[in-house]
Amino acid sequence: MTTELLLKLPYFTVVVLTLLGLAAMIFKRNLIKILMGLSLMESAVNLFLVATGYRTGGVAPIFTNAPSPHMTLPTVQALTLTSIVIGVATSAMMLSFAMVIYKKYGTVDADKVKKLKG
Amino acid sequence: MMDTFVMRHLPALLIAVPLFAAFLMPLVGSLGPKVRSAWVFLGALATAAVGLALAGKVLATGTVLYVFGAAIPQQTLPPDAAFPIRIMFQVDALSALMVVIASLSSLGIAIYSLAAESKQSGLETFYAMLFLLIAGVLGMVATGDLFNFFVFLEISSLAGAALVAYRVDDGVAVEAGLKYALLSTVGALAVLTAIGILFAQYNALNLASLANRLQFTALDQVALVLLVVPLAMKCGAVPMHFWTPDTYATAPSSVTAFLVVSSQASLYGLFRILFTLYGHLVQFSWATFGWFLIVLGVLSMFVGVTMAIPQKDVKRLMAYHAVSQTGYMLLGVGVGLAVLGDADALAQYGKTAMAGGLFHVINHAMYKGLLFLTAGAVFYRAGTRNLNKLGGLGHDMPWTMVFFMIGALAIAGVPPFNGFASKLLIYESVFRFSPFLSIVAMLVSILTLASFVKVFHAMFLGPRRAEFAAVREVPAPMLAGMALLAVFVVVAGLAPQPFVDHLIVPAVDAVIDRAGYVAAILGGR
Repeated sequence: MTTELLLKLPYFTVVVLTLLGLAAMIFKRNLIKILMGLSLMESAVNLFLVATGYRTGGVAPIFTNAPSPHMTLPTVQALTLTSIVIGVATSAMMLSFAMVIYKKYGTVDADKVKKLKG
Repeated sequence: MMDTFVMRHLPALLIAVPLFAAFLMPLVGSLGPKVRSAWVFLGALATAAVGLALAGKVLATGTVLYVFGAAIPQQTLPPDAAFPIRIMFQVDALSALMVVIASLSSLGIAIYSLAAESKQSGLETFYAMLFLLIAGVLGMVATGDLFNFFVFLEISSLAGAALVAYRVDDGVAVEAGLKYALLSTVGALAVLTAIGILFAQYNALNLASLANRLQFTALDQVALVLLVVPLAMKCGAVPMHFWTPDTYATAPSSVTAFLVVSSQASLYGLFRILFTLYGHLVQFSWATFGWFLIVLGVLSMFVGVTMAIPQKDVKRLMAYHAVSQTGYMLLGVGVGLAVLGDADALAQYGKTAMAGGLFHVINHAMYKGLLFLTAGAVFYRAGTRNLNKLGGLGHDMPWTMVFFMIGALAIAGVPPFNGFASKLLIYESVFRFSPFLSIVAMLVSILTLASFVKVFHAMFLGPRRAEFAAVREVPAPMLAGMALLAVFVVVAGLAPQPFVDHLIVPAVDAVIDRAGYVAAILGGR
């Protein structure tokens, strides 16, 4: 019973993290905080991917050290790594956008950064 | 020898060539502006050549498969495995159509931007980003792997956002870039979640083997929503169109023209998901999802055009028209999807509707690209995009005016331009499905014409104005880029039948032929 709950724990965390990120993106007006919300959501998705890859009693695919030829295919881990790299690039770019906006407008308040209309 | 090597590895070159051009750009650019321009031109030419050669091969010999990192690139299943484990490209006729669109317009746009951007600084980064965007779009439409699709989606979104914000323009462009990047990232995260859900259940990322295993559980339905909604947003369908006017209006014109193509790559993804991945399931109701596309399409057509009419900024106006035209594609393909289960209706008008929708994709990329480029040309000389301030430019910019007229008549569906050819297919076939929808489509065309007559009048007609005394025709490369697109608009309008027969109909068959797509990878298994 406890093991089952423990196995499901990552999924609960994913839900909580996603909701936190969404809430930050919707309710915060500070651009930096909005980007933090986005970052939280990214982490949630990454955690979700890794969590789906867990196999009870699975063997890590390190060929020199594996007790049997049956090993877990580390696809989701590879996906997560790719996703983390993409996330870094996105965050860096958007934070630099926020920096330029602060320089030009003197504020990072999303309500005041509104020259685009219609 | 060399020939066969190139032909064998065409799908890999499709991505490798633009990436190579992009990453060497800063190095080559340091040798001086002339060398850089030559590099951009060569890169775009080589990309277009590879794209067209690949499309020709697909249309001549059928689906081209390419497995990355395999000893034999055409061997989809490793000898000791029962399912595909490597990343592979699967270029069928629908992908070939999209590759043709992307290669032709990227060539025209690259030539145009050589002159249009020549006064700007930081051009190495600009062109590097442009080639990354091209690589992203080509990858999205060629890949046969769901996760690979996500990666290319992110590449095109990131490069697109960087290009939108490229001219800071007192922060306005950066604001638009941030908006685009935020929406794209949230959308891509949803797509990634869906991919995770599917992989967790079926242990596959390959589109064909996923399609083969899909059971349509409750989780699959969640995944479907998480895939469809972001892709519909990225192609700018109402009610998720709010990013398009900001992004399209503030990006440099050459970039806007290519963002149109990039949004069509999302449209391709949408069709692939609906037809190939989920298309066969018994529980999957054709009519429901067909009507979903139709409603999105009609909303986009109508809301787009009504929002366009009062706009004062010419590029904002065109952006709303882009939303409106996307509606035609959704309508055409939606009608096809709605009758997919009914063989008679499909043969009678369903296929024609889809052909109209897909033909409109390529036509739209050409005339809309052309229109954005003419708007860029006007901005390049006159320095403003405000329709109330422009006027009388026809005296000094005759070629730009002619190209604008060609584009405007094509978007309004006036014969003999290409917009008419595809819209006629849509009107005829949709009328047999539901006369009301067909009438809405015609009404939107009339409103489009009205709107562009106004723009034409405001920009080009009237007496010469004192403030535009220094205005001359734009440089030759810009005209050449526009001419390339204009020639396609006219040729495809005068003689649409060869295009429909050799490019569009195979694409329609490829969309419908889900079993063929799966069998190409899995063989008999």
